[in-house]
Amino acid sequence: MSRPPGCPFDPPAEFRDLRADEPISRVRLWDGKIAWLVTRFDDVREVLADPRFSADMTNPGFPSHSAGVSVTRQKHPTFLNMDDPEHARHRRMLTRDFMIKRVEALRPRIQRHVDELLDEFTAGPQPADLVTGFALPVTSSVISELLGVPYEDHEFFQRQSGLLISGETGADEALEAFATIREYLGGLVERKAAEPAPDVISHLLEIERAGGLSRDELINMLNLLLRAGHETTANMIALGTLALLQNPAQLAALKADTSPAVVANAVEELLRYLTITHYGRRRVALEDVEVAGRLIRKGEGVVAANDSANRDPEAFGDNPDELDLSRSARHHLTFGYGVHQCLGQPLARVELQVVYPTLLRRLPDLRLAAPVSELPFKTKNVFYGLFAMPVEW
Amino acid sequence: MKVEVEADKCIASGQCVLLSDAVFDQREDDGIVVLRVNDVPSSEEDAVRSAERICPARAIRLTTSGG
Repeated sequence: MSRPPGCPFDPPAEFRDLRADEPISRVRLWDGKIAWLVTRFDDVREVLADPRFSADMTNPGFPSHSAGVSVTRQKHPTFLNMDDPEHARHRRMLTRDFMIKRVEALRPRIQRHVDELLDEFTAGPQPADLVTGFALPVTSSVISELLGVPYEDHEFFQRQSGLLISGETGADEALEAFATIREYLGGLVERKAAEPAPDVISHLLEIERAGGLSRDELINMLNLLLRAGHETTANMIALGTLALLQNPAQLAALKADTSPAVVANAVEELLRYLTITHYGRRRVALEDVEVAGRLIRKGEGVVAANDSANRDPEAFGDNPDELDLSRSARHHLTFGYGVHQCLGQPLARVELQVVYPTLLRRLPDLRLAAPVSELPFKTKNVFYGLFAMPVEW
Repeated sequence: MKVEVEADKCIASGQCVLLSDAVFDQREDDGIVVLRVNDVPSSEEDAVRSAERICPARAIRLTTSGG
């Protein structure tokens, strides 16, 4: 299924009919496998909260996203693709570093990063690319600082990460990119072991020394955090800015009131409306389970379509296909649901709450420098977004 | 209205804290939920209901004062 032509923010139009008439259906995946597609808000939540659905990609029935994603995640698993209790054990090693208070304490530093990067961005020629000139530098600098990865290396890890996340990267190429980034991170961890600092790498090394984690697991975890921490939020920065520019009344409303509560609410609505995790959350049944009146058998794959769920009128009221920054959308499923819900969501929220108002205040005349129809959208990537977004101000 | 939490289930997403930091808090060492109060002040009831609904780990349980 593909997005409707000319509507870059909307999920496939088929979802509307499926939600109404066939809330659970069969879909054929890229590799010819058949999986169940679940499209309603309530059903998606039920699937994702149910431990009888596994995130283990080594299960032959798992509905994987692409050859590249499949092979690297099977070879180098992280808690993303583990089930409890292993999942919980690994995840809890990191929850301290991403808890609300700690991330809130970073807000002034994030503001400073954003201010400085905007100084650099606006000093350059116009038109300029908002993605590589601003969105990626913001998120890369923040996650690098939090983890303890030198920001100077961002071009390197962004390139490798891009290869890993693209739906068009083949298995061999993905494994090579993975090996390259693991080698880099391995060297970095060695240096941190000699010179600890108040960062996530040093914290994980403490856990490793206490016997809680192998070096291999540590590096896989770090790799996940580094990639997930910059690619996702960078997509939200560019795509969210585009959505605001395409909805002038909403843009004006946000410019008129940038109080923290209004901005926080606007960020939730943008997260819902754009649902950059647009290929659904994927699971495989560990036993026979009934969902939406159909029996899913043990070993069968399920695509829980959170982008469809986020446009379900049962959950978000009339006009779920409209961007309405005053909507109450806190219960959206963009970060997933259940025990695998995004670990980094507090960080993503603070980054977006800082970025949008700062961008609108500093560049009040910001506008697109190319027709929307010519913009390169990441339709085949794990996360939806823009490869580039030329702007003027 | 009373509220209970199951720390074993909690994944430290912090959504409850964002909704009501008068009722919910996170442990310093791992971000797992702790309750500040068991009796929900009436001003926080809506927020706590939302927290129960939104909690991804379904670790929050509400009981009415009468029941």
